[in-house]
Amino acid sequence: MSATVDVKTLVIDGENVSARAGQTILEVAKENGIEIPTLCHLDGLTDVGACRLCMVEIKGLNKLLPACVATVEEGMEVTTKSERLLKHRRTILEMLFAERNHICSVCVANGNCELQALAQSQGVTHVRLPYRNPELTVDASHERFTADHNRCILCTRCVRVCAEVEGAHVWDLMGRGIDTMIISDLHENWGSSSCTRCGKCVQACPTGALFDKSKIGADQPKNPDFLPYLNMMREAQ
Amino acid sequence: MNIEELEQIAESVWLENDKFDQEINVCMGTGCLSQHSDQLKDALAKAVTASGKNAFVRRTGCMGLCAAGPLVLVDPDEILYQHVNASHAEAVVASLGAEPVKELQCDLREHFDQQVHVVLENSGHIDPERIDDYIARDGYLALVTALTEMKPQDVIKQITESGLRGRGGGGYPTGLKWGTVAKAGGDVKYVICNGDEGDPGAFMDRSVLESDPQRVLEGMAIAAYAVGASKGYVYVRAEYPLAVSRLTACLRDARRRGLLGNNICNTPFNFDVEIRLGAGAFVCGEETALIASIEGRRGMPKPRPPYPAVSGLWGRPTLINNVETFANIAPILRKGAKWFASQGTEKSKGTKVFALTGKITNTGLVEVPMGITLRKIIEGIGGGVPDGHKFKAVQTGGPSGGCIPEEHLDIEVSYESLIQAGSMMGSGGMIVMDDTSCMVNVARFFIEFCMTESCGKCIPCRAGTAQMYTLLTRICTGAGTMDDLNLLVDLCGTIKETSLCGLGQTAPNPVLSTLRYFKNEYIEHIMHKRCPAGVCNMKAALAAEHGLEVLA
Repeated sequence: MSATVDVKTLVIDGENVSARAGQTILEVAKENGIEIPTLCHLDGLTDVGACRLCMVEIKGLNKLLPACVATVEEGMEVTTKSERLLKHRRTILEMLFAERNHICSVCVANGNCELQALAQSQGVTHVRLPYRNPELTVDASHERFTADHNRCILCTRCVRVCAEVEGAHVWDLMGRGIDTMIISDLHENWGSSSCTRCGKCVQACPTGALFDKSKIGADQPKNPDFLPYLNMMREAQ
Repeated sequence: MNIEELEQIAESVWLENDKFDQEINVCMGTGCLSQHSDQLKDALAKAVTASGKNAFVRRTGCMGLCAAGPLVLVDPDEILYQHVNASHAEAVVASLGAEPVKELQCDLREHFDQQVHVVLENSGHIDPERIDDYIARDGYLALVTALTEMKPQDVIKQITESGLRGRGGGGYPTGLKWGTVAKAGGDVKYVICNGDEGDPGAFMDRSVLESDPQRVLEGMAIAAYAVGASKGYVYVRAEYPLAVSRLTACLRDARRRGLLGNNICNTPFNFDVEIRLGAGAFVCGEETALIASIEGRRGMPKPRPPYPAVSGLWGRPTLINNVETFANIAPILRKGAKWFASQGTEKSKGTKVFALTGKITNTGLVEVPMGITLRKIIEGIGGGVPDGHKFKAVQTGGPSGGCIPEEHLDIEVSYESLIQAGSMMGSGGMIVMDDTSCMVNVARFFIEFCMTESCGKCIPCRAGTAQMYTLLTRICTGAGTMDDLNLLVDLCGTIKETSLCGLGQTAPNPVLSTLRYFKNEYIEHIMHKRCPAGVCNMKAALAAEHGLEVLA
């Protein structure tokens, strides 16, 4: 690798920042203490650009770009907070709350949930959309963990962490559109699947969809911070 | 293979054809086949043998006027018969060389005269499974000329100068796309033909693949030469079995003739094509999802960039064009970029194939020059709305497009003007609606389509379209409120601006365009619990309002 680094300078929310070429807007914003809301992004996993919460405005560009996959360019002027963006973010969060059965008061992740935290930080005070109230299953067949599909937001973090980091690829998607479901193996019970019981998916899950059976309520904080460290150590080997 | 050999083949075909006094062309596209045109062809062949006349019965592809099928065209007299079945065979054969059968004759000058056939020039005239028939009509001339006399960059220059734009709907300049792939590094590149036509009411690609598949293969081979690819894929829906079987036969013939394979025309150029079947997901028409599907993965779109032109199939630079785009390539090289650019409008050149369906007299496939007005297509070529009904709107661009009302029928057909009118060119479906169609219900139909076809990856498209469908259902059943309508408009904005791929970004179009032109119908549904077209059933809502029990 050459010693010279290709540096790009850009403006994020009025702040002059510099970045290495190839970095995403999200990375650069984070480095500079600018927070962009995300759900499907998790440090240490590849980005899929699916939750659309990190959409940002670029000056001179009519369409919005997802900050997690859009790379920086010289002279870019990025806005991460605006009335338009906030409105879209709130609507997307509302869509999530109305899509499945998210009832915080009875959820194991209450207080430790990224969806809940985002709703608070983005000012979602109520849901205008009609609740869909789908009838979904809870898979408690695993000896250590439970998968509650009512709380799943289909961010596919579990799918990615299992395939990319653990290398087991137990989780994947089934069906399409509103009927999409996370499944283990070829739609078997989690307990009888090829799961290695590593628990990475539980830590990666942003909501209470995947949780540890041995813990309840407030003692269920998730710690996915080990992923970038794990990746780094593996690369170092 | 060289030009002399092509000419020899062509000549032998012409000599063969000259032996006969008449040629009886029987349309064997999917539409006519569904009305047993295969039996008709057998009956005609039998009748010819019995009568001892010197005529040749040929199977051809789509002749365009699907509403009047099965169609039979007698050459060289150019007599077109409609609604022919096996029982008419003897009468048709008996009339050869004499007076045509009056009661079967189809005289629709207006339908055919306003069309310009470039893509469809061979459709209905050649046997789609005989490569020699194609060669006899200048087929593969463009490929052989390009390989032997042109440099790849000259080919790209020609395509760029022609002004051809992607016929799959987006309208991206084809020459520019080719140039990007040609410039991309790496020795392995791919060419993909997108035949995953999924819009409701669209069958242009199917017809081209069924009627003139060699033309698409030739276009792909030229593209491969221009961008430096040696492997191609035709991604076609498994729902098009006839197109698949004809393509398979054509691939075999082209390989036998040395027009596919290694060292084509004794040049270092190698190119072969494989067919990949789609399993019927609409979203696989989106290029990144299509690539995922070819790779054997779940058909889900990826954020772009990187564009497939840089990193596509298996991470290699990949050129993806629509069936109709590839079908335009050979004529451009044969007749020149100037000739192509002389047709159409300032920014939209050439012709466009449309599938006319819905409440229209002449249902079928038409090819018109860009710039023609919608009114000419619908009232002239299409023959207008049948049964004395009144025209209400035309839906173009499939689920991504919108409904254009009567007052905008005089806009010219081009990529820009259709977008301005709140719709889009799309791949070329045109669904005509009359006063018996409820526009709210139409919007609901298309949103339901988008909802079930959404891949489920991004939230706005997955959950948003489902919410829109719920709200539209409420309005259609009389349970809707003005708040619901406002919420619907709000959702449209978010889905349009934040969705990952084209499916989601354009999904709100049917709602937005009907709201733009037919808002009164929405208001009628909500405020007066009344469906102006009499389509939506609001009995339940009305009864609930009056505290009555619903009977049946």
